Amino acid sequence: MAHDEYYHAHEVNTEMCDGRMKCMRVCPTSAIRVRGGTASIIGELCVDCGECIRACPHRAVVPLSDRLDEVRHAYKCSVAIPSPVLYSQFPSDVTPRQVLEGLKQMGFDHVFDVGAACDWATLATSVFLREHKGPWPIISSYCPAVVRFIQVKYPDLTEHVLPMEVPREITAREAKRRLAGDLDIAETDIEAVYITACPAKVVSIRQPAEKERSWLDRAVAISEVYGPLRSITSKMEDVPVTHLFDEASYGPGWSRLGGMAGLLKTDRWIAVSGMSDVTKILDDIENSKLRDMEFVEANACLGGCIGGSLTVENIYVARSRAIRLEQRFHQNIARHERRVERLHREGFFAMENPVRPRPLSPLDSDIAKAIAKVKRRDAIYESLPKIDCGACGSPDCLTFAEDVVKGEVKLSQCVVRSAH
Amino acid sequence: MSDDRQVMLRETFSVTGGDFSHAGEVSTTIKSMLKQIGFPAPVIRRVAIATYEAEMNVVVYADRAVVTFEATPSIIRVILEDQGRGIADLDLAMQEGYSTATDEIREMGFGAGMGLPNIRKNSDDLEIDSEVGVGTTVRITVFTQA
Repeated sequence: MAHDEYYHAHEVNTEMCDGRMKCMRVCPTSAIRVRGGTASIIGELCVDCGECIRACPHRAVVPLSDRLDEVRHAYKCSVAIPSPVLYSQFPSDVTPRQVLEGLKQMGFDHVFDVGAACDWATLATSVFLREHKGPWPIISSYCPAVVRFIQVKYPDLTEHVLPMEVPREITAREAKRRLAGDLDIAETDIEAVYITACPAKVVSIRQPAEKERSWLDRAVAISEVYGPLRSITSKMEDVPVTHLFDEASYGPGWSRLGGMAGLLKTDRWIAVSGMSDVTKILDDIENSKLRDMEFVEANACLGGCIGGSLTVENIYVARSRAIRLEQRFHQNIARHERRVERLHREGFFAMENPVRPRPLSPLDSDIAKAIAKVKRRDAIYESLPKIDCGACGSPDCLTFAEDVVKGEVKLSQCVVRSAH
Repeated sequence: MSDDRQVMLRETFSVTGGDFSHAGEVSTTIKSMLKQIGFPAPVIRRVAIATYEAEMNVVVYADRAVVTFEATPSIIRVILEDQGRGIADLDLAMQEGYSTATDEIREMGFGAGMGLPNIRKNSDDLEIDSEVGVGTTVRITVFTQA
């Protein structure tokens, strides 16, 4: 099994881990085992949803986003592209413009807001849905953890993933093109830094699911920039700032659950968040139960990106602020419709490559042997207490039975069974 | 090797009529077993859709059913034996858009008359035996190689 093939944006600090199994119990893909008192992550199974980072009481699951002092090494110019979540982390007297200007004062040469690209991509998605012939529903491509979850656990649903580039990538691409022209430098001389709410975006930058290379070069956590930004913005008057598009409005939408889908020109959408609910919805789509729906906005983090594990603010506070920011700053974007439709036809929003399946290895490459192994697993499972205590170091009895069949643990590891 | 070819996985499940909150679980369980065995994704999808539709038919129309799932390297079979009202006119029931569902059921998004036609579309062989007032047996067969 090629465990090292996939890059992941977090790791277990074995010195800090004391094997309390909280991460193992929350992992939606059963990717964590606790052996010898320490947690380890199975790379093939992990989809970078970040649940384990949140669950660990000792902060032993460490996100591997970039640090601020690593920015700007071999580049002539640095660009900060903050997740819209960033704005919702500040008290309501701090405006998005002040946050963007604050990033400049922290040392970024340029700052680009993804709001406009969010609005435009929403319009383009409506055009796509109007012309799409199936299969239904289309699933948003915005959350990299959900996209990976689909690749790994629902490989036949990859054709449901919206084949459109996400706003952060569009913004980075356009920012690089524009600055390269304005400053007469190469695009490769520009470093685009995403200010991220979650580690899944780090992975989508280092190992994109749908192309060779991301337009973004780094991802720095919101929690990393928050402290310095907070002190800068507290001493600041409101100031104008460079936007990607001239008509840019504050584009809040995609940071909270339902924000994007609610702006589509269809009523047949649902928005789902949290990995356990995402799992239920994907099961329903696979059973073709939701074929009457046109669009599914799915986010790994509860409440949407504002619930990301690299944020600092309580998600309910952040959600309330995001709603108020929308009411204050969001403009009607319908007047851009014809331009967006033209850009859509020109491929402006198109994903470079389709998202491809990345199915898990079956129990055996030979189907007959795999069937025999499933039978053996089920027989072992029947002999287990089925209380999913996790004391064996596998997340539940069924996974333990599977680990036994794979030869990774011995049946005697089940302490409850051995006690009888 | 020849012994391996004969290997068959068999599991049984039960489905309760009217239990909408657990509807679809049998299909999901079968699907996850097929994925672990490593059948091609399109095969799994067909079995999942056909099983789901048949399971929903039990939930909507019958009292209870026993579902038997069998898999060998070449054939996947799902048999649903239900106790319930049965189907009076099978030819009519196989027509797209025909349904005996109540308004209440339709409001829940079911009863569009696509269930049986969808099962037929997603199976390689479909046998239905039904007796009014007794129950219906649906045998879905999907071949794993094209």
